[in-house]
Amino acid sequence: MSILKHHAKLETNVILLMVGILLTVIIGGLVEILPLFTINSTIEQVDGIRPYSPLEQYGRDIYVREGCYLCHSQMIRPFRDEVERYGHYSLAAESMYDHPFQWGSKRTGPDLARVGGKYTNDWHTRHLSDPRAVVPESVMPAYGYLHKVLSYDDIAARMKTLRVVGVPYTDDDIANAMADLEAQTTEGAGTDALLQRYPKASLGKKDKTSEKITEMDALVAYLQVLGTMVDFSTMKPEAIR
Amino acid sequence: MTNASLAATGLTEDTPYFDDVVRKFVIAAVFWGIVGFLMGDFIAWELAFPSLNMDLPWTTFSRLRPVHTSGVIFAFGGNVLLGTSFFVVQRTCRATLFGGRALGNFVFWGYQLFIVQAALGYVLGVTQGREYAEPEWYTDLWLTVVWVAYLVAFSGTLYKRKEPHIYVANWFYMAFIITIAMLHLGNNLAVPTVIFGGTWWKSYSLYSGVQDAMTQWWYGHNAVGFFLTAGFLAIMYYFVPKRAQRPVYSYRLSIVHFWALIFTYIWAGPHHLHYTALPDWAQTLGMTFSVILWMPSWGGMINGLMTLSGAWEKLRTDPVIRFLVTSIAFYGMSTFEGPMMSIKAVNSLSHYTDWGIGHVHSGSLGWVAFVSFGALYCLVPVLWKRKSLYSMRLVSYHFWISTIGIVLYITAMWISGIMQGLMWRAYDNLGFLQYSFVETVAAMHPYYIIRATGGALFLTGALIMAYNFIRTIKGDVRDEVPYEAVAVANARG
Repeated sequence: MSILKHHAKLETNVILLMVGILLTVIIGGLVEILPLFTINSTIEQVDGIRPYSPLEQYGRDIYVREGCYLCHSQMIRPFRDEVERYGHYSLAAESMYDHPFQWGSKRTGPDLARVGGKYTNDWHTRHLSDPRAVVPESVMPAYGYLHKVLSYDDIAARMKTLRVVGVPYTDDDIANAMADLEAQTTEGAGTDALLQRYPKASLGKKDKTSEKITEMDALVAYLQVLGTMVDFSTMKPEAIR
Repeated sequence: MTNASLAATGLTEDTPYFDDVVRKFVIAAVFWGIVGFLMGDFIAWELAFPSLNMDLPWTTFSRLRPVHTSGVIFAFGGNVLLGTSFFVVQRTCRATLFGGRALGNFVFWGYQLFIVQAALGYVLGVTQGREYAEPEWYTDLWLTVVWVAYLVAFSGTLYKRKEPHIYVANWFYMAFIITIAMLHLGNNLAVPTVIFGGTWWKSYSLYSGVQDAMTQWWYGHNAVGFFLTAGFLAIMYYFVPKRAQRPVYSYRLSIVHFWALIFTYIWAGPHHLHYTALPDWAQTLGMTFSVILWMPSWGGMINGLMTLSGAWEKLRTDPVIRFLVTSIAFYGMSTFEGPMMSIKAVNSLSHYTDWGIGHVHSGSLGWVAFVSFGALYCLVPVLWKRKSLYSMRLVSYHFWISTIGIVLYITAMWISGIMQGLMWRAYDNLGFLQYSFVETVAAMHPYYIIRATGGALFLTGALIMAYNFIRTIKGDVRDEVPYEAVAVANARG
């Protein structure tokens, strides 16, 4: 093969070899990644998707910190059994404000993409504190240490950072971040402004072991909103085609 | 050159190369290997007996799992790759390391600091939440500095080579270094919260959702493709011909499969995202290229195995060759299994199950670790200037104990993975899902015990290797009948 003779040029010149390698390996990524930012149908146009409330975002950060994604997926595939077990298959739009995405790659435990609203707050706190007290066969670690007080004084900084990477928090959202976070652990009239900004946010104190706002409160608030933002009963099928 | 001036340059008369940095990499590789295997086996037992999580933040499966994966990939595998690349590039170029001892040592200590930073972060809950790219922004920046220094040392040595041609192993090392740099930069783009006065270590990834998923698996699959494959093929291309005393089987095949492999691998990422919210066109591209990838992968396997032509009898007399050959066989097996699992119909069953874990370990234990062990067994006597290893019998014990460990591991994961996938989709006569999720968890229990037992055997093998190295470095030689004598006696009947 005569073309192989020309390979000597690459084999005898470091710079050419390096450039050749870089050009060869850069193509696949460009073709597969760049169009995802430009093709409009990549993310479905559906109603209801909103940025996470301050408490939910903290809960999400704890979910990331503890590495929950290593055993739980958040991506329901469009199969009969998965849809029956977990609910409507996941849409790209449902993770459009997820920095980072937490789709996961392994189900040592069940998928959590639509766990929101399926169990009570009390079930979640008891289960997280001592999984085998609720589900005897579970192999999940106990996360009792999440009863510790949540430190949330940097919530505005986190939301400002998220705004830089594309989450549409308004100045108003950021100015009220602290108040919204605290309001979400209460119920009643004080939560109207919060619900206006973050519809369907799960209200009330989740962690009954402490008067203060705990990491458990944040994590359960996050779990309770997962998969609940899109109302599939009113969604038109055309929207997700 | 006088002895005094030789001492001043740090070179000794019997080798013109900087080998002390390679010695450090070898020690680090053995140390981190044992740490990484131990972590893996510990978390395997945690899945069988969850009380081992001890309800402490630092010991949960979820925080220790990245310690295991980074420990074996970047700490063990990384030290093997960096160490062997410095050894190989100097010899195949007949040139001393560019940047000398200073740059070599910076790369070594800088890389160890990266490992320690990353591991400490994981147990404390500092993570980006991206599989195999867990280190936070400050560790990523530090690794970038170290990696540039590594690239300079490696390519600089190539540049000043005395050999006219760049040897094939160095193409693979070069592809590994350049592509890992590209992937590392592309996948870790993030904004730290500290710029707005937030927690100093926390950051948010630049991309979200579907774009983030695609970028992450472009990275994640090519951590496999370039860290765990291209780099270790470089090891194969140097150590297999060297140990077997035979030339590489086909020069043409090495050219064709090199370029085909590095071009194709990059496209395979979307097979980690089959049937997800990633658009179908991307999934189809990923599946197609994954199936194509079978061919260049087997090109490498054939080139490695056929190099043994005319030297197959060494399998009986040299347990180090046994490690090298078995590693290539495992490479062939897992690069067949991978394309098969990337076919969407198969993937619908295998994805999210232990089958994936089994597949990864047949590649990582069988291929990556075995070819590394083979290379380390070649290197230690050379680097410490010993006539031979302390004991070839111990090499053989290591080989068999580890092989049994791998077989237990991957068969347990095949069974549990396929069983779990089938249980999830099983329906009863009335048309209801037959099993609740937790019933499928309970069914995994015996296989998790078998898997963890396999892992313990694998770890035991590595401990035997470490003992063998310690005695070799001390200069001891075990009193044992050489394998050659036994083989000759057997042949005579």
